[in-house]
Amino acid sequence: MNLSLNRIKSQNQMTNIYIGSALLILSILDVFLNSFFGVNVSGSLPGNLSIFFPLILGFLGLSYLRTEYSGYKFLDSLNKNINTSNFNAFLTLFITFAILKAFPPALSWMVLDANISGDTKEACTGTGACWTYIKVWFKRFMYGMYPNELHWRINSAFLLVIGLGFVGYFFKENLKKYLALYYVVIYPIIAFLIIYYLISGGAFGLVWVETGAWGGLSLTFIVSFFCLIFCFPLGMILALGRRSNLPAIRYISVGYIEFWRGVPLITVLFMSSVMFPMFLPQDFFMDKLVRVIIAITLFEAAYCAEVIRGGLQALPRGQYDAAKSLGMGYWKMHIFVILPQALKLVIPGIANTFLALVKDTPLIFVVGLAEIAGMLALAKTNPKWLGFAMEGYIFAAIIFWIICYAMSKYSYNLEEKYKTER
Amino acid sequence: MNNKIKRILPQLLTILFVVFVFGFFTINAQVNMDNRGIDFGFGFLSQEASFDMQFTLLDYDGQDSYLWAYVVALLNTLLVSFLGIIFCTILGVIIGVARLSQNFLIKNSAAWYVEFFRNIPLLLQIFFWYYAALRALPLPENAQPWFGVTYMTIKGYYIPSMIWENLNVFMSCLIAAIVAIIFIRVYAKKIQEREGKQLPVLYISLALITILPLLSFLIGGVTLNFEMPVLKQLAQTSFIFEGGIALPPELIALVLALSLYTSTFVAECVRAGIQGISKGQKEAAASVGLTPNQILKLVIMPQALRIIIPPTTNQYLNLTKNSSLAAAIAYPDLVLVFAGTALMQTGKAIEIVGITMLTYLSISLAIAALMNWYNKRIEIKEK
Repeated sequence: MNLSLNRIKSQNQMTNIYIGSALLILSILDVFLNSFFGVNVSGSLPGNLSIFFPLILGFLGLSYLRTEYSGYKFLDSLNKNINTSNFNAFLTLFITFAILKAFPPALSWMVLDANISGDTKEACTGTGACWTYIKVWFKRFMYGMYPNELHWRINSAFLLVIGLGFVGYFFKENLKKYLALYYVVIYPIIAFLIIYYLISGGAFGLVWVETGAWGGLSLTFIVSFFCLIFCFPLGMILALGRRSNLPAIRYISVGYIEFWRGVPLITVLFMSSVMFPMFLPQDFFMDKLVRVIIAITLFEAAYCAEVIRGGLQALPRGQYDAAKSLGMGYWKMHIFVILPQALKLVIPGIANTFLALVKDTPLIFVVGLAEIAGMLALAKTNPKWLGFAMEGYIFAAIIFWIICYAMSKYSYNLEEKYKTER
Repeated sequence: MNNKIKRILPQLLTILFVVFVFGFFTINAQVNMDNRGIDFGFGFLSQEASFDMQFTLLDYDGQDSYLWAYVVALLNTLLVSFLGIIFCTILGVIIGVARLSQNFLIKNSAAWYVEFFRNIPLLLQIFFWYYAALRALPLPENAQPWFGVTYMTIKGYYIPSMIWENLNVFMSCLIAAIVAIIFIRVYAKKIQEREGKQLPVLYISLALITILPLLSFLIGGVTLNFEMPVLKQLAQTSFIFEGGIALPPELIALVLALSLYTSTFVAECVRAGIQGISKGQKEAAASVGLTPNQILKLVIMPQALRIIIPPTTNQYLNLTKNSSLAAAIAYPDLVLVFAGTALMQTGKAIEIVGITMLTYLSISLAIAALMNWYNKRIEIKEK
């Protein structure tokens, strides 16, 4: 293939470069004009040839351009990166043209022909997206049916919880040994109290807002936050249990972990909403949100346990032996020697588990909690705003994408950081 | 003595705790069910289900039993998982290999593909395809044929169905061909070990698998006809396609979302597997005098697959479990039909949720057991 194309090339390298770049520019220009201005330069060609025309032209151009070394920096990097063989050249052109073709329609739908002004459906006159819909429903998507004038309570609760999370950074040296205690025991309790009293109210002169009104993105955060802080200690106990040399404890832990890892989250949620109330004492009422949080915690703890077990297994045996030879018992050994090292190893894994947890929370929609997917379903069926499903889902997708992408990049950074430290 | 207590006491306490929790739940459940007049039992499985499913693989109507509804719904779940696994593997391998390409554009497009689809919750992706993208498709009367004979419409994807005559003859020919190929492979390996001669196994296999089924058409009386979907007018403005197979939009949205989402994870597994093979392996194999094809087949692939297959199976398992999201867009899978409709009708919450969970659990455990067996088999045996 390569040989046959070499035959048409001229001996003079400069001629090859001129012909090649002319052909390549022509082919890109053809696609560009076609997609941005609707002008079809090669339209006069017969049949399907006009579709393949730029591809053939660009392909010839790239094969003319392909040389070992030309001396021009740009051309050499082009050849090295996107034009190493015929196959690569073809793929390069294909991707470039696909992007060029897809870009103008996407741009005009998202920006140029879109509407954002006004407050009613009638304001959307363009052929593009109707961002007015998002603008009007924005507060609902963020806070659910929570009363509008009380949104400050959710905001301040989140700010307080995040602020308290950073307190650990400012611990003085002599307080550092209590850091783990703070994050594992004290912080969850304080955070729970803050969210409970500030968001649901009922005390300190705050109006009671029932959990049915909670919703939107803030509910996603609440659920995933609580599930994370509760599932971590539980997962740690299970991981230790699974590596215990006492058979009864080991088998119970293995059974627990394998059971929860083997069932889909959606059935767990169904269990929490229809089966769990049957297991509770007669007059005991438990809020649906609490039940869902317990269910997700139990579910996620099994995954957490496996991640922590990975960290425990990664520690060299010498660490255990050394601790034992110093006369440490089981708990002393784990608290002072094993867990501090193992937990450091599993931080990226825990971050990934948390990422999965955030991505799983929209599922609570199926048991009737109006999380962001639920609010979208609600808004979509509102008779005043029919027909904007696309905008809604794209909006939610963008929000989730930003959150999850940032988190995955962060966990990747953590991984790199701890990899070098060991 | 002291040591013995140290071993036994924690175990005893744990067992007591578990027994206490289970006992507490059982007693409460008993009391609650007595109060509501429900009794525990699986007798309802043989009762008439009296609800309909809009998409089934086997014959089913409302007069069949709950047990049959369960089987049909389970098959629907397995169908989605099967299709999803096939597509996500194809896509995942392509993207995974593309991420290692030398071509700057291809490498980056693949990386962005992975970052894009991996970081959007699966449920939102399913909703997007079902409520937004597939709703933009044309009505049946405006549909243009794809590949000449299939129609993609807002009501689903219509493809021709195959009508076989003497299908079992064809099938037995196919099985015979596969058995023959296995025998030839074993024989070829023996010959190679004994005499060092290589038989053209690939060509013989290809010939066998095409010729034997072809013979069944010529001699065995097998015929194959296609039933094309045909547009039919029901009323002034209402058209549907008749004949052929109709794939409902729920199925398409589900398979699309599941395979796009899972393919990103498969791609990462494939990339890690190929990157995990050191360059020295390839060079060593080349220096022994193996051809590039042999290097790939005998040196690179066996090692790469050892890294790739375990995490990929895990992803298949995840896909199967994620297929339960079908319930959110009303595709009649196990969760929607059994844990949804059947539960509402019978009120047997504990039994039905229990059966549903056990079903998924046994699928997971079966695959996990298979995986462990496979891992043991391919393990590098160190001395």
